[in-house]
Amino acid sequence: MSAAAGGKATSAPLMGRDAEPTLFELSSPGRRAASFRHTDLPEWASADLVGPEHLRAEPTPVAEISERDLVAHFTRLSARQYSVDLGAYPLGSCTMKYNPKLCDEAASLPGLTDVHPAAPVSLIQGWLELLVDLDETLCRITGMHAATLQPPAGAAGELTGLLLMRAWHGSQGEGETRRRVIIPDSAHGTNPASVTLGGYEVTTVVSDERGCVDVAALRRCLDTDVAGIMLTNPNTLGLFEEDIAEIASAVHEVGGLLYYDGANLNAILGVTRPGDMGFDIVHMNLHKTFAVPHGGGGPGAGPVAVSARLAPFLPGPRPSRLGDGRFGWDWPEQSIGRVHSWHGNALALARAWSYILANGGDGLRRVAEMAVLNANWLRHRLRDAYDIPYDRPNMHEFVASAAGLRRRCGLRAADVAKRLLEEGFHAPTVYFPLIVDEALMIEPTETESLQTLEAMAEALITIAAGTADDAHEAPRTTPVRRLDEARGARQLIPTWDARL
Amino acid sequence: MSDFTPHTDAEVAEMLAAIGLSSVEELFSAVPEALRLAGGLDVAAGLSEADVGERVAEVAGANRPTGRQLVCFAGGGAYEHDVPAVVRRVAFRSEFVTAYTPYQPEVAQGVLQALFEYQTVVCRLFGMDVANASLYDGASACVEAVNLAVAATGRPTVWVSQGVNPRWRSVLSTFAAGTGHHLVDVGLADGVTAWPADHETSAPPAALVVQYPNYLGCIEDLAAAAGAAHRRGALLVVAADPVATGLLRSPGEHGADVVVGEGQPFGTPLSFGGPYLGMFACTRDLVRRLPGRLVGETVDVDGRRAYVTTLRTREQDIRREKASSNVCTNQTLIAVACIVHLAWLGTAGLREMALRCARGTRYTRDAVLAIDGVEPVASAPVLREFAVRLPVPAEVVVERMADEGFLAGIPLGGEYLGDSPDGDSLLVAVTERRTRAEIDAYVTALAKVLS
Repeated sequence: MSAAAGGKATSAPLMGRDAEPTLFELSSPGRRAASFRHTDLPEWASADLVGPEHLRAEPTPVAEISERDLVAHFTRLSARQYSVDLGAYPLGSCTMKYNPKLCDEAASLPGLTDVHPAAPVSLIQGWLELLVDLDETLCRITGMHAATLQPPAGAAGELTGLLLMRAWHGSQGEGETRRRVIIPDSAHGTNPASVTLGGYEVTTVVSDERGCVDVAALRRCLDTDVAGIMLTNPNTLGLFEEDIAEIASAVHEVGGLLYYDGANLNAILGVTRPGDMGFDIVHMNLHKTFAVPHGGGGPGAGPVAVSARLAPFLPGPRPSRLGDGRFGWDWPEQSIGRVHSWHGNALALARAWSYILANGGDGLRRVAEMAVLNANWLRHRLRDAYDIPYDRPNMHEFVASAAGLRRRCGLRAADVAKRLLEEGFHAPTVYFPLIVDEALMIEPTETESLQTLEAMAEALITIAAGTADDAHEAPRTTPVRRLDEARGARQLIPTWDARL
Repeated sequence: MSDFTPHTDAEVAEMLAAIGLSSVEELFSAVPEALRLAGGLDVAAGLSEADVGERVAEVAGANRPTGRQLVCFAGGGAYEHDVPAVVRRVAFRSEFVTAYTPYQPEVAQGVLQALFEYQTVVCRLFGMDVANASLYDGASACVEAVNLAVAATGRPTVWVSQGVNPRWRSVLSTFAAGTGHHLVDVGLADGVTAWPADHETSAPPAALVVQYPNYLGCIEDLAAAAGAAHRRGALLVVAADPVATGLLRSPGEHGADVVVGEGQPFGTPLSFGGPYLGMFACTRDLVRRLPGRLVGETVDVDGRRAYVTTLRTREQDIRREKASSNVCTNQTLIAVACIVHLAWLGTAGLREMALRCARGTRYTRDAVLAIDGVEPVASAPVLREFAVRLPVPAEVVVERMADEGFLAGIPLGGEYLGDSPDGDSLLVAVTERRTRAEIDAYVTALAKVLS
């Protein structure tokens, strides 16, 4: 390999291998960091303000730490954490692309961060314009009619979409008879969990030998008690559902609706649109496709866009144009109601808006092109070292398998993952989708360079050529080594106080 | 335009050749021709970083028609507290910001330990045994608490105090359409919940849900609520203000089974309502029904202390349609900001913050009630928020007060006002940020607007 790879992180420094003490161990009685404004207010005692029956006897113990030690503690914790800003993160279905810093700055402007969500419309014209523009732009990207920006994450978007499905069937007088929602066996776990919370029963449809929905099997599932189907396209194998038009008409023929799980929208930006495929409801993960950083687990944003016939049911209030260049709030006629305390994860929405502004229509298409190019290149590069159960052109990700390695030398998907950490990369998603044995789901994303892909491929090939005994020892270079996860569950210690 | 893809033309050609293709278009051969988008996206051309900055600044500026930030007396679930510099400088380090969910704990000890510390302090605030790693916001935490209570008791009905934030109740009702849970409103008497007498009711509910202090700012009698719940074999769900718990007895001390809260006051600016932080905590015997992620302490193969997400079999990726919740992505970064802010406040600082809110609220309430024509909505004790009845519509007052430089509060809907006209009451919040000079100027302006 000639060039150094920007996405390989083996040079990250570590000062040692000790456990970081907790805030509670770093505390000393009476030590403090906080300061407060000088207010000149009367200094009433607590008992004069609140009845003694309500007052705590002792202050709540939090921590007693200096600001200097506090900063050192969290800075050391940050050094024990892998991140996109440190190196490549090929976690399948998670779209861990680079998060442009201009979006961070956009979302930290005081004119956006200091605004109270209940302020009157005359004081939030900028926010309303931003939200209306984002709503309309997301609809053009997905080929839909109208959207809600309230859902704060993908799963929240799913449940919102299912409640819209329920409201639609109710309006058709079929609220009681539509009882089932179909999901493929390759679906994300949030899909079936959301279906249950939406008050529906799950019917699982199998995948065919090509890794796509088995259309004949789907037709056998379809009847007038079906409320709809939830699909991810491209699916979790990274394969485009080529029969989507036939699937759409079959589901629509029995009066069902099509729900698009937008987890993999990154693959099709500017190439094709869920609305054109026949979907009625679409959720987007702005923290995947539109570069909102994942924050170690959140916050994200999961807007839901719908076709015209479902628009009257969208959550309210919706940001809207008033017609005179001004903006206001609107409650759709048959709204299912609020799905968030306020207006959704507004600052995450502002980040996504700025990302779309920067990329523009052509730039978003290039995102999809380079994501798909990277994934296909990496699949080709790895096909001699790993099994590729569905070895045909993929979209933004592909699923490899360690099943052959396991048979031949005892190397499992988890071992490959732990070894890859030693090689300076985050691991792929492992053991998902469930329909692939020893699955390694790899999504390089469009922001990794050829040099990084080459280094990652070399690492994975080296790992496949290694021994199981060596791999079982991995990872050896990380802040901690393999964890006793069973003990974590068996002897539950969910707080510092629980261990005392 | 901006381009965050690193590929040169030569590299694209080299990569295409390696996979046996001659054009980028061929990458999408699996997409049927009829579904291909002709003519590209109808989205404006991309902008440079500097031009994006100008556009965002323009929109941000439109939120300040007077050119200055208003002095904030609005609350209702979103409060303007101090956010110390350490939160912005440390919690928002890019290692925390750009990490994924800690699926590989060996390289995620930073986020995992911060969440473990967060869970510990949430439990201390609320007087509970177990807290999860966060939910979306206060409303979603409340929804999950109701779902837990129904699952734990097998009863479909939940009593919800009208003192619970009306937007949260709206969210509860939205999601009840899917679960089929039956929500029963329980009204207020002089600002606090009037639970039905024990002999008045037939079918016992799964839970009683009460807010502490409630939406009108009044401190509820949690001991009475706990009695009313437990005598019926129901759970007590408390939606607690985590700032108030710096001064007030914890909900756990009063017998709460599940405590939820909106964590925004710790480390998160107003942000037009999000991202905020759903806090969720419960007693140990309910832990198997806990929604969302839970971090626990364990050891690695060398015996070193380490942290890991635990009791994973509750979660959607394993349990699928039988999971305790569908939540996956949560609000981890906001939870990290919360624990950084709480650690900065410390034991003494948290109490002082709550006390300063209570002092400012007392001072403001006394002065506002001294204005001619202003009446209290309730006489129950308050902590950092109170409601008053005005002689003119509250919406008009808020608009006029904005011209005076103040966000005066939140107009209350008719449901809290008995037989008086809708919309003439105002909810006013006072945090530790408000000085005597600001409050005096606010009261003077309010008196002027009302006259």
